Amino acid sequence: MATFFLGGIKITGISAAVPEKKEFTSDYQWISVKERESIIKNIGVESRRVAEKGVTTSDLCVIAAEKLLNDLNWNRNEVEVLIFVSQSRDYLVPTTACIVQDRLGLPHSCMALDIALGCSGYVYGLSVIASLMQSGAIKKGLLLVGDISTLTTNYRDKSTYPLFGDVGTATALEYNREATAMRFNLQTDGSGYKSLIIQDGGARNVMSRKSFNVKKISPGIYRSRLHLELDGIEVFNFTLREVAPNIKALLKETGKSLGEIDYVVFHQANRLINETLRKMLRLDPAKVPYSIKEFGNTSGASVPLTMVVSLNETLQNGNTRLLLSAFGVGLSWGSAILETNNLCMPALIEV
Amino acid sequence: MNIEEFIKNIEAEFDDLKPGILKPESVFRESFEWNSINALILIAMVKTEYDVTLSADDLIKSKSVKDIYSLIENRVSI
Repeated sequence: MATFFLGGIKITGISAAVPEKKEFTSDYQWISVKERESIIKNIGVESRRVAEKGVTTSDLCVIAAEKLLNDLNWNRNEVEVLIFVSQSRDYLVPTTACIVQDRLGLPHSCMALDIALGCSGYVYGLSVIASLMQSGAIKKGLLLVGDISTLTTNYRDKSTYPLFGDVGTATALEYNREATAMRFNLQTDGSGYKSLIIQDGGARNVMSRKSFNVKKISPGIYRSRLHLELDGIEVFNFTLREVAPNIKALLKETGKSLGEIDYVVFHQANRLINETLRKMLRLDPAKVPYSIKEFGNTSGASVPLTMVVSLNETLQNGNTRLLLSAFGVGLSWGSAILETNNLCMPALIEV
Repeated sequence: MNIEEFIKNIEAEFDDLKPGILKPESVFRESFEWNSINALILIAMVKTEYDVTLSADDLIKSKSVKDIYSLIENRVSI
């Protein structure tokens, strides 16, 4: 079981940048008014932020990181690890993290790499950056997590288009021997890789003219092989089967109970999934913050975005014990227990 | 568990469904608007109330309320 502790690393601050442009579910003409109401009520998405063409995930992450670095007053030469977690990179080649290292003016002594995970990305990214920093050789690190998911959803696909929103986030981490250990439980089941997939454009199915053909899949669902395909029921059942046991195993391993946790921050998949999980774990609604209503499902960045928009003041003031749980595309999922202390939390940036 | 209770649980989840309309022999697709969101609502209710997982295949193969109830009854752990 990939359950482990990482000591000596603390989160120093978190920031997030979203596009200014909003799209409202109530304006989504492709489906009936009744269906729109059902999405708002059950899926929980009232509005989403949508990036203009040409704006990349790294653009949003760089804006979030600039603000955070400035507010923290960090010496950029001390940032020696940069990780970019996304499924919407700038180019097929090279790695986006390399481009961002230069854009942020980080030193050549900085190691930079991409992690191509989606929904589970924040928890995975935290575990990787904390592992790399654990020896103490690297004192400061940046974890950038984001996605422009709206680039790959089709307007005429009601199963994906009204769900996803765009955001880029930045998390600053520091080596600190006194920091409480972060605890992780990370899992994978690749047999479900087709549940969330873009069929063409990679090496398995090279892009061809046929990739662009838009086909009717079922009523209200049209897409090409370059659009995101989502098997809602499969993903839903996977989540209900795996997430609660993953969290319970982590709690057992760490000897903690949910009562000792101040907030449980879930990946913002959809309201129905998250509320079912909340009830399965018998969590008080006040302990489970949301951001899906105003921002939709924001892929891997939904956990830090929720922290920025819903827990901002709390995380700025004093100690907070958090349980983070993220799950989805891969299929990949994981949870983390960590403690924060007086975080630097700039207000949400709108670009 | 019994089928009357199962029907009450369904009625509680779907606002459009007037109490008393749904019968054991009612066909799901004819009784109320059947779409993927409503399928998720049903799956969530069955998981929460009975700790039973319904797959997409289960829903395709089941026609009536009774069909789904029988599936749950067979899988529920006592």
